[in-house]
Amino acid sequence: MTFPSFAVTTEPLALEQVVVHVETLGRQKGEGCGAVCTFLGVVRATHHHRTVRHLEYEAHAALALRAFEIIATEVAGQWPLATLAVHHRVGRIAIGEASVIVAAGSAHRDESFRVCRYGIERVKQIAPVWKHEFFDDGEDWVEGPIADPDDAELRRQALERACM
Amino acid sequence: MHVTVQYFARLRELAGCQTWICELTEGSTVADVWQACISRHPRVEVLGASLSCAVNADFSRMGAIVRDGDEVAFLPPVSGGAWTES
Repeated sequence: MTFPSFAVTTEPLALEQVVVHVETLGRQKGEGCGAVCTFLGVVRATHHHRTVRHLEYEAHAALALRAFEIIATEVAGQWPLATLAVHHRVGRIAIGEASVIVAAGSAHRDESFRVCRYGIERVKQIAPVWKHEFFDDGEDWVEGPIADPDDAELRRQALERACM
Repeated sequence: MHVTVQYFARLRELAGCQTWICELTEGSTVADVWQACISRHPRVEVLGASLSCAVNADFSRMGAIVRDGDEVAFLPPVSGGAWTES
């Protein structure tokens, strides 16, 4: 089976395979791949000074894959020779484990940093993924933005973050 | 006609179910499906002002027309937390 650029999985994430995948795709574009920048979201032990025991991530998996494709299309418009991969884990995840990997490949490092930052910001904004935090003393859903790929203001903010 | 409604995260908990089959008249919109959701599961109404929606695993709009057999998903705000400028 071909290794996917975009995935939603209950399995532990495979950073090295994602990096190899991005490098392999990037090698075929323009000057080739000279930089792969990766971001890992990791389950933190505290939230607003409460002790987190573990997290459960829930996703609309098919729509999340669609969101990742939309983000990749946006990236291709802005950075045509860059390569993006996004793998998101769902289900119960322990403290210290990775919940999401964003990997960006490009010919030179500047672009790969920007694409990686843009990618994770957009994932956070529009991917239909929900985080359920379990504390020593209760539980909470974490709720942020309304997922709307066409929200130009959200997109502008992500781009600004990426290009600071 | 019938559509399958999908709830996620806090919406699923409020409704007490993940999916249900909603009967509608031809020409109904996603907004009509949501109104049916409120009738069927009144507790979901609290999230009505902060929803997005999807039809058949693609992002959609409340004004979109739904068709027989569609899967209509309602999405509470996502966990992107982190930062916003507001």
